[in-house]
Amino acid sequence: MSDQMFKVTIDNKTIEVPPGTTILNAARMIGPEVAPPAMCYYSKLKESGGKCRTCLVEVSKGSEKDPRPMPKLVASCRTTVMDGMEVKNFTSPKVVEARKGIVEMLLINHPLDCPVCDQAGECHLQDLSYEHGTEETRYDFNRRTFEKEDLGPYVQLHMNRCILCYRCVFTANQLTGKREHGVLERGDHAEISTLLGKSLESEFIGNIIDVCPVGALTDKTFRFKNRVWFTKPVDAHRDCPTCSGKARLWMRGEEVFRVTARKDQWGEVEDWICNTCRFEKKETKDWVVEGPSEISRASVISQGHYAGNVGTEKPQVFIDKIIGKQPKLLLDIHSISDVNKKGVTLSKIDGPAHSDDFGLKNK
Amino acid sequence: MGVKLLLEHANVEGIRYYDTYRRVGGYRAAEKALKMSTADVVEEVKKSGLRGRGGAGFPTGMKWSFLAKPEGVPRHLVCNADESEPGTFKDRYLMEFLPHLLIEGLLISSYALGSNHTYIYIRGEYAWIVDILNQAIAEAKNNGWLGKNILGTGFDCEIYVHRGAGAYICGEETALIESLEGKRGNPRMKPPFPAIQGLWMRPTVVNNVETLAAVVPILNMGGDEYAKIGVGKSTGTKLLSACGNINKPGVYEIDMTIPVEEFIYSDEYCGGIPKGKRLKACIPGGSSVPIVPANLLFKTAKGETRYMNYESLSDGGFATGTMMGSGGFIVLDEDQCIVRNTMTLARFYNHESCGQCSPCREGTGWMYKILKNIEYGKGKMSDIDLLWGIQKTIDGTTICPLGDAAAWPVAAAIRHFRDEFEWHINNPDESQKHNFGLAHYADPRPVPAAV
Ligand SMILES: Cc1cc2nc3c(=O)[nH]c(=O)nc-3n(C[C@H](O)[C@H](O)[C@H](O)COP(=O)(O)O)c2cc1C
Ligand code: SF4
Ligand code: SF4
Ligand code: FES
Repeated sequence: MSDQMFKVTIDNKTIEVPPGTTILNAARMIGPEVAPPAMCYYSKLKESGGKCRTCLVEVSKGSEKDPRPMPKLVASCRTTVMDGMEVKNFTSPKVVEARKGIVEMLLINHPLDCPVCDQAGECHLQDLSYEHGTEETRYDFNRRTFEKEDLGPYVQLHMNRCILCYRCVFTANQLTGKREHGVLERGDHAEISTLLGKSLESEFIGNIIDVCPVGALTDKTFRFKNRVWFTKPVDAHRDCPTCSGKARLWMRGEEVFRVTARKDQWGEVEDWICNTCRFEKKETKDWVVEGPSEISRASVISQGHYAGNVGTEKPQVFIDKIIGKQPKLLLDIHSISDVNKKGVTLSKIDGPAHSDDFGLKNK
Repeated sequence: MGVKLLLEHANVEGIRYYDTYRRVGGYRAAEKALKMSTADVVEEVKKSGLRGRGGAGFPTGMKWSFLAKPEGVPRHLVCNADESEPGTFKDRYLMEFLPHLLIEGLLISSYALGSNHTYIYIRGEYAWIVDILNQAIAEAKNNGWLGKNILGTGFDCEIYVHRGAGAYICGEETALIESLEGKRGNPRMKPPFPAIQGLWMRPTVVNNVETLAAVVPILNMGGDEYAKIGVGKSTGTKLLSACGNINKPGVYEIDMTIPVEEFIYSDEYCGGIPKGKRLKACIPGGSSVPIVPANLLFKTAKGETRYMNYESLSDGGFATGTMMGSGGFIVLDEDQCIVRNTMTLARFYNHESCGQCSPCREGTGWMYKILKNIEYGKGKMSDIDLLWGIQKTIDGTTICPLGDAAAWPVAAAIRHFRDEFEWHINNPDESQKHNFGLAHYADPRPVPAAV
């Protein structure tokens, strides 16, 4: 069994993988230079993938046995490789074009309220639109909005930002004993919600915050406390009776602002952590610190140059270059943002906006 | 008069009830089939060349032979009675008036496929038909056609009717399966196909109502004889539900050899267009198929007569042709506004998208909003290209064909009636006063003149 390997070529790079491997995972094995973006697939979640369509690739040769190309672009996260398959990702103009269109679709109803979104800086939609999107949108209608819904003491839901990747649904299904939230309604009014305003409190539910690619699910205990790029990620562990206890602390000085799971190169959680570790252990004495986390150089978080001088130097605030490119996304703050209340004009606030300005401090 | 295989006895008084149905020869095909081997029944259906009547036109015999048969795992047949495609109402007619024809078809097909538990998934809005079907099932059971050890063959079969909750997407076979399992009706990613892992992960065949009803005449007359009716790969008879601007809307059975022109104008079928109006366009196979202007409807781009069958209707591809689809035949006369029609369809697909894939979820709504602007005099010239771009992003990038079905009508409307969109945009006030566009496509025969 194990001696039979399938040869697959992606963007002219060849690799041998075991049968059953998806194109996306084969591409990840080759490296980020050929890996398609994935907004809904999550290797740790069964059944995930297939929905966002950002990972579409062109199969220019089906297999050694049947070399015909596939007629349509396929979702690489859900298509398994065949021996001798040839795939075009970034080398296919068709894929690049289609992906542009799909990124545009993901953004048309997105509030683009990044300046007030806790996910900014670690948001996959920001990365996606920067790398694969166009500079402008052709959408000039009002953006879709949803009624606010309270999911309890831990998780903050901003439905306006959700891209319906279903990751949080699978996480709750597969990690917690009982899933209490899901997708209600259909089409463009489909929304993440609970039945009759249940609160999400089961032991591992905090992980839905980590799997959410956008700022739709954020940590209520960290809400508006800081920008992620002002905090320094350090890996730490503790002896936890419920989970692995391997976590990442987001610190400023000696203060632990936020606890998350550790994430790998693809932005996926390495070990799930429990609610206690995530929401209740917010002091350095709770943890054994291992050292600064490895963060990709491309990430805005690494722009803080923290290594060795935590809290002693002011973080660099302005970034005029990201990986050598000028930022090109137009970020406009829409009046429909959850936090941008009527009567509060961001541009009229003195100095940097603070949660006090929105009257949300004690919420 | 064409051949009638399905609707032969539709006008017999009391045909809805078992005794009448049996008296005119009902359940003879079942009697015959249950004496044959299951492989032979499948073989007859294969020979008949029957193609799925649900829309895609996939050969039924072939679909049946793909069904996996692992030892000890139950298999299921599911009848797709979700019929929600705008313009399509043929399954309703069959179930309402000839329920036993469907039950007999289901019995034969269940026997052939080895399904002991067979399901009819019926559109939620067909509430009263559920009662008709349940009554027919009870009658069939009382007469020994369902239940245990049918006709002493040792074959057991139960048929259950499951009522949907009114979602078009639950007509897509994998969404239907999800819904039948009690879950949210989201289409599944394929593979695995239902033939391998369908209902409760067991091998499953999903077929349309009309497809399964057609199994009855096939068994009665034999697959070879059935294949002689029709032409090419369009064998047998097809039900069409005709509606729109015609004198005689209704359900017609045709043998797929008649020209489109005859179907619209002959008194046997649609009976022409009311008030002597001229024909403008037609959507011949349910709302998802491309609209064709009159000048391409009666004759193909090559100048040949277009017939009411799978091959002829799709002659010319999407550039100049269309599709047979589910047989929802919608006729538009010269007063109809293509922009308005396209907007209505876009609204439908926007409303019915399940919302899983981003291009379909977001794109259908975007198209609807733009079309609404154009229709209500607020359009911009750039909107037309934008619409074209959006439909192109959706087409072929989604999980299930609903995305394509939403994209095609918009694409076809722009392809053939671009000037009408332009007229709406250039004459915002006038387009509000009289709700129709340019009528120069109305007469099929002369070459369209410039405006
Ligand atoms: C959005 C969508 C809606 C559909 N609705 C129906 C329907 O209402 N009835 C039906 O028979 N097939 C419908 N189909 C087609 C089914 O997926 C499937 O192809 C069909 O039931 C197969 O039966 P057949 O082979 O007998 O045609 C639909 C497909 C899609 C994509
Ligand atoms: S809330 Fe986040 S994780 Fe859940 S479906 Fe929306 S985007 Fe995905
Ligand atoms: S194409 Fe539309 S209806 Fe079909 S699965 Fe995708 S979102 Fe749902
Ligand atoms: S990652 Fe493949 S479709 Fe979303």
